[in-house]
Amino acid sequence: MKARLTLTVNGEEHELLVPVHKTLLEVLREDLGLTGTKHGCELGECGTCTVLVDGQPVLSCLALPIMLQGRAVTTVEGLAVEGRLHPLQEAFAELGAAQCGYCTPGMLLAAQALLERCPGPTRNQIREALAGNLCRCTGYTKILDAVELAAMRMGARR
Amino acid sequence: MMRLPPFTYLAPRTVDEAARLLAEHGSRAMPVAGGTDLFPNMKRRQFEPEVLVGLGGIRGLAGVGGRAGEGLRIGATTTLTEVAEHPEVARHYPALATAAGLVSTPQLRNAGTIGGNVCVDTRCNYYNQSWEWRQAIGFCMKKDGDICLVAPGSPRCWAVSSSDTAPVLWSLGAEVSLVGTSGGRTIPIAALYRDDGINYLARRPDEVLTEIRLPPADGWRSCYLKLRRRGAFDFPVLGVAVAVRLDGDTVREARIVLGAVASLPREATAAGQALVGQRLTPEVITRVADLAAGPARPLDNTDYAHFYRKRMTRVFVTRALHSIAAGRDGGGAGAEAAP
Amino acid sequence: MSAVQPPTDAKTRFAVIGQPRPKIDAWAKVTGVTRFADDLVLPRMAHGKLLRSPHPHARIGRIDTGRARALPGVYAVITGHDLPRVKFGILPVSQDEEALCTEKVRMVGDAVAAVAAVDEETAERACRLIEVEYEPLPALMSIEESLAHPEVRIHEYGDGPNIHKMVALQFGDVEAGFAAADLVREDVFFYEGNTHLPMEQHAAVADWGPDGKLTLWSSTQTPHYVHRLLARILDVPAAHIRVIATPVGGGFGGKLDPFAHEIAACALSRRAGRPVKIALTREEVFYVHRGRHPVQMWIKTGFTRDGRITACHLRTWLDGGAYGSYGVASTFYTGVINPVTYQIPVYKFEGARVFTNKPPCGPKRGHGTPQPRFALEIQIDKAAEQLGLDPVEMRRRILVEPFTKTANHLTVTTIGLGECIDRVVQASGWRTKWKGWNNAEAASTAPRKRGIGFACSAYLTGAGTAVYWNSMPHSGVVLRADRSGAVTIQCGATDIGQGSDSILAYLPAEVLGLDPKDVHVHPADTALTPVDLGSYSSRVTLMCGMAAIQAAQRLRAALAAAVAARLGCSPDELVFRDGKVGRPGDREQALTFAQAVELGESMHGVLAFPGSYAPPRRAGKYKGGGVGPSPCYSYSACVVELTVDAETGEITLHDVWLAHDVGRALNPLLVEGQVEGSVYMGIGEALMEAQVFRKGLHKTPSMLEYKSPTTLETPEIHTILVETDDPEGPFGAKEAGQGPLLPVLPAIANAVYDAVGVRVDEVPITPEKILRGLELKRQGKPARVGPERLPLVRFKEAIVVESAFGQPAEAIAERPFWP
Repeated sequence: MKARLTLTVNGEEHELLVPVHKTLLEVLREDLGLTGTKHGCELGECGTCTVLVDGQPVLSCLALPIMLQGRAVTTVEGLAVEGRLHPLQEAFAELGAAQCGYCTPGMLLAAQALLERCPGPTRNQIREALAGNLCRCTGYTKILDAVELAAMRMGARR
Repeated sequence: MMRLPPFTYLAPRTVDEAARLLAEHGSRAMPVAGGTDLFPNMKRRQFEPEVLVGLGGIRGLAGVGGRAGEGLRIGATTTLTEVAEHPEVARHYPALATAAGLVSTPQLRNAGTIGGNVCVDTRCNYYNQSWEWRQAIGFCMKKDGDICLVAPGSPRCWAVSSSDTAPVLWSLGAEVSLVGTSGGRTIPIAALYRDDGINYLARRPDEVLTEIRLPPADGWRSCYLKLRRRGAFDFPVLGVAVAVRLDGDTVREARIVLGAVASLPREATAAGQALVGQRLTPEVITRVADLAAGPARPLDNTDYAHFYRKRMTRVFVTRALHSIAAGRDGGGAGAEAAP
Repeated sequence: MSAVQPPTDAKTRFAVIGQPRPKIDAWAKVTGVTRFADDLVLPRMAHGKLLRSPHPHARIGRIDTGRARALPGVYAVITGHDLPRVKFGILPVSQDEEALCTEKVRMVGDAVAAVAAVDEETAERACRLIEVEYEPLPALMSIEESLAHPEVRIHEYGDGPNIHKMVALQFGDVEAGFAAADLVREDVFFYEGNTHLPMEQHAAVADWGPDGKLTLWSSTQTPHYVHRLLARILDVPAAHIRVIATPVGGGFGGKLDPFAHEIAACALSRRAGRPVKIALTREEVFYVHRGRHPVQMWIKTGFTRDGRITACHLRTWLDGGAYGSYGVASTFYTGVINPVTYQIPVYKFEGARVFTNKPPCGPKRGHGTPQPRFALEIQIDKAAEQLGLDPVEMRRRILVEPFTKTANHLTVTTIGLGECIDRVVQASGWRTKWKGWNNAEAASTAPRKRGIGFACSAYLTGAGTAVYWNSMPHSGVVLRADRSGAVTIQCGATDIGQGSDSILAYLPAEVLGLDPKDVHVHPADTALTPVDLGSYSSRVTLMCGMAAIQAAQRLRAALAAAVAARLGCSPDELVFRDGKVGRPGDREQALTFAQAVELGESMHGVLAFPGSYAPPRRAGKYKGGGVGPSPCYSYSACVVELTVDAETGEITLHDVWLAHDVGRALNPLLVEGQVEGSVYMGIGEALMEAQVFRKGLHKTPSMLEYKSPTTLETPEIHTILVETDDPEGPFGAKEAGQGPLLPVLPAIANAVYDAVGVRVDEVPITPEKILRGLELKRQGKPARVGPERLPLVRFKEAIVVESAFGQPAEAIAERPFWP
C-alpha cells in the first residue's frame, strides 16, 4: 500500500508517494536524501536515528510518516539556521564531542530538545536526557561537556 | 536495514470505527498507537499483520482527566512521557509516574503510550529475535513453531510479562476500559491478564483499550522498584510494585504486585494481606518480603540469572516497604532505594 | 567540565602541536554531512543481501538458487561456486576463510550465497528462496568441547586437532626465579569474550565498471589489506582495483578483516553490471565479530618479601571461534606485552588458540592484552595483601627502567608510568581513601559499600611488523604544495574517529608554519594515496605522523632553498611561522607561504614530496620475536572508586581517574577523547558486555540485550596526560587509543575487593557473581569467584631464549627510510 503524504521536514513541505510501511528513517534517508539521520539497529535499541517531532526526540526507525501528518520533523540538517550552526553543533565540534560522528546527529537532537525544555540543565539532567543515545567512542564525557558549554552560551545570549 | 513487512494502514477517527475495523479484519489486523513495541516485533516478523488500525488519530483517546480525589482517567494513547510528567500523577500516584518514566528511553517514551505499555507483548530471549535467528534455533510456539525452548516439554508458553506500568496499576487497583463492536466494558486491570505467554491478554480481538481508571488516591502510598542491568533501554527483569493505604501508621489495605516474573503481573496476595492491620516495622517488612518472594518463579529467558531475579524479589519488596515507611514514595532502580 | 590546558613547554615551542583544537572533520560530523558507506547512493545501484548459515557446523550439499533468480527484481545470485576457489585470511599463516562457503559452514552466520536486487526487501525475499542442503555436524561451542572431540575437525590445519595455534616461549630460568621467591602465587582467571559494537553497521558499495576496473567503498579500517586480498580472492589484477575507505562510524578493530559482504558486493556488481551496496544488519555485525577472545589464564609469579618479581609464568587458552583471522597475533599478544611494565627478570609464556563453532575472534581495542593485564594486576594486588604492602607503592618500586630491554627482548624507550602513578594517586585522593587491606566498609552492616582500586598497564604504539612480511614503508604520504598557499597531503591512513585525518593536517602545518586549515587531507584511497597499513595496533599517529613530518621537512627544505636565494640568506636562517617564511625578526621582508611556493616551483618544478616510515627493526632474534616489538610503549595508571550494593550485588561507579603517558599530546583534546573512550569500553567489558552463546547460537545479537553502558552507567572520567617526549614518536608522541582501556578492568575488580572483600577473578563482574562471593564469605570460605578448572592442553616444548632483561637499549634505533 502506497500513501500520498505531506511531510514537513526542517520547515519544508514534501509531497510524497511512498509505501506506508516505510519508516520515517527510511523516507528521510532514501526518499528525501537526508542521510544525516543515521541508524544503528532499526529496532529502537540505540537512539542513533533520533529526530525531533514537534520538538520532542523520537526514534525515526519506529515512526511511520503516515502517523506524522501535520507535525514538524527536525533532523540534524535542520539544526543550523541560515548557515549559522546551532550552539550545540559549535560546542560539539570545539570540544571533540564527535569522534566517529555516527551517533552525533541523534545526540545533538536529543540535547537540543533538552535545552529547549530546560535551558540550564545539571549534568545529571543531561545524562538522563541522553540516556537513550548510545555512543561507543567518547565515554560521553565530551558530549556532556559540550551540552553544558552550549547551555552556558545560550543562557548568556538570552 | 531491518524493515517492516508491508501492511495496509487504516486510520479510524472514532473508537467505534476502530473496533469495527478490527472486527472486520479479524486476526489479520492489529491496533497500533505509538508503535514502539509493535514495530520492532514486526521487523523481526514476530507479528505479520496485514492491516494496522492506527489509534493515534482518534480524538479524546489521549490525555489525563479528573482529579486524584475522585480518581484519574488516563487515555490509552497518552504517551509515557505525559504520564510520567503529569503533576497529578506524580504527586498522588508516584509509583505510576516512576514506572512510566523508567520505560526504555526518553525517545521511546515520547512515542510509546500507556495503553501500549499495559498491553506490551510478553518477552522471551528465544522469541525476541529475528526470523533468521528463530529459524536457526527452531521456531517456538509463540510464533511459527510448536515447542517451548525455555521449558521443553511444556504445553504452554512462558514468555514474560514485561510491562513497567501494569504491576503498578494493578497494585493501585486500576481498571481498564475496553470498547468493542458489541459495546464497552470496564474491568479491573487484574482481569486483563492471563497466565499464558501467547494469549496473555483478555482483550478480545475487536476491542480497543481506551482508558485506564485510577481509583481515588486517598491515603494510598506507592512505590515501584525496577531491576534491570542498565538505567535506560532495558525492560524490567523484575518489577516490584507496592501500594499501601495507611491510616496513621497502620496499614489498612495493601497490594504487592510483581512484574517480569511470570507471563502476567503476579500479585503476592498473602504478602499484601499480611500487611493489613500492621505497622511497617522492620520485622513486619521482613516477614512480608519473604511471603512476597514466594510467587516469583522466573525462568531463564530474560537478562540476569533467574535465581538472581527470584532472590532480588525479597530485597526489592523489603526496600519498597522501607521506602514507603520512610516517606520516600515513588521508587526507581533497586539500588536507589538502598537503606 | 574538563579544562584542556596545553603543556607549557608546547605553548612556547610549537604553534600547532599541543593546542586543543577541533578535528578538521568536526564540522562535517556535527552537521550530518559526513558520508558514511551506507550514505552513498550511485545511479542504478542495486542492493545486496547475504544468505547466512542457520547451523553452527554443517557440510553443505546442493544449493539451489533457481527460485531466487526467478524472482522479479533480482539482478544476480551467486554462491561460492561463482567465485575463484581460493581461501583467504588476513594473516598469511591462516588462509582459512571463504567469502561464500562451499564445503562447510563453521558457525551460524557464515555466508553461503548472495543476492543483488532492485531493493533490500527483494534481495531479502530472494535469499529466503535459496534452498541449501545441509548435513549437520557436531557443534563445538567451547574450548573444552573442541579439545574433547578431536575426531570432529573444524579445520584440517593447525597445531593439533582443533588447535589453531600454540606458542611456547621461555626467557631465562623461571624455575630458579621461583625458587628464589619468598612468595609464589598461582592464580586462575577468565575474561569473557565481547564485541566492538561500533554504532555504524558495516557497509560497502562496489562498482565494477564496464572498463573492467573495480572500485569498492567500504567502512574498513584497512583499505590496503582489503585491496591486496580482493585481488587474490577475485583473481583480478590489484592494479585494476581501487579501495576507498569511507569515514568509519566506529571501528575498535571490528573492521580490520576483508569481509564476505565486501567481496560479495564486488562479485555481484560484476554479475549485475551495476553498483551494488550491501549494508549489514546489527545482527550480522555480531556474526562478523572479530572481537575480544574469551581467554582462560593461569599465572604463576614469584615475589620477594619487598614485592619484587623474581619470575613469571603465564598460560593462556583462547577461544578463537571458527576462523583464524588475526588469531595467531592475538595468541602472542596475550603473552608478550605484560613484561614491558614491571621488572620481570625471567619469563615464560605458553598459549593455545582453539577453534570453536562461533564467530571468529580477532583484534578488539587492546588486542589480546587486556586479558593477561587483568590477570597480572589482580594477582599483584593479591600478592601485595599477602606481603602486607601498599599496592601502589609496591608497583611503583618495580617499574621497568627506561631505555632497557625486557626479558622477552622488547625495547622500552621512555616510561612515564611513575609519574602516571603519582599523579593519579594524587588526583584521586587515594592516600586518604584507601584504608589498607582491611577496609572497615566490607565488615559494616550497611548494604552500600564504597571501595577504591588501582591498576597499571602498557600498550604498544604500532606493531613493529606488517601482517605480511615485507621491507617497504608501513606508512607513506605525498605532500604537494599549491600556488594558492595550501598544501595537500595524501595518505592511506583511515580515520575511524580517532582523528588521524587531523593529525595529517597538524604535523605539516607545524613544520611549515601553516594553519591546519591550509592543509587539504586526502586519506585512504588506494588509487590516490601511498600505503598506510591501516588503523590498528595504535600505529597511525606515530607512523603516518612520522611520514608526514618527513615529507613536510623535505618540502620545507626545497622552499627554504628558493626563499634563501631571493632574500640572500642561508636557508638555515629561515623561520616558517604564521603562514610566512623569512628571517627571524625581519617580518617586513618575509614572504607569504604562497610566494614561497611560487619561488620554489620556479626553482624545482612541481613541489611534491614523499614521506615514508617503517618502525625500527628490533624484532627479537627468535621465532615469534616479530610480535610485540613497537617503536615505543604507552603507559597508564588508573584509580576507580565505586559502591557495591551488598544486597543486590549491583556496582555503581563514581569516578575513574586515568593518567596516561602519551609521550606528547599532539592535540590534548583528541588524546583525552581516546582515553575517555577507552575507559568507557573497559567499563563495559568489566561490568556487562559479553558475547555468549546458547544452543549453537549467539544468545543476544542485539543492541538491547548485548549490554553497552549508557550515560547513566558511565561515571565521571578524569584524564591526566603525562608527557615523556619519546624519541621514537612524532614530536615525541605515543599512542592513546587502546592502552587506557587495559587498567580499568583490574582496577574495578580491585575496587570491588576493597568494597566487599570479594575477589571476582573473571569479567564481566556481575551482581550474581558478587552475591555468590558474599555468600562464600558468610560461609567462611574463600570469597573468590572465578574459574575452577583449566583446559587440558599439552603445550609444545618451549623455545628457550636467554632473558634480555635489563640490557641497555639504544636511545634512538636506526629507522629505514629515515635520514
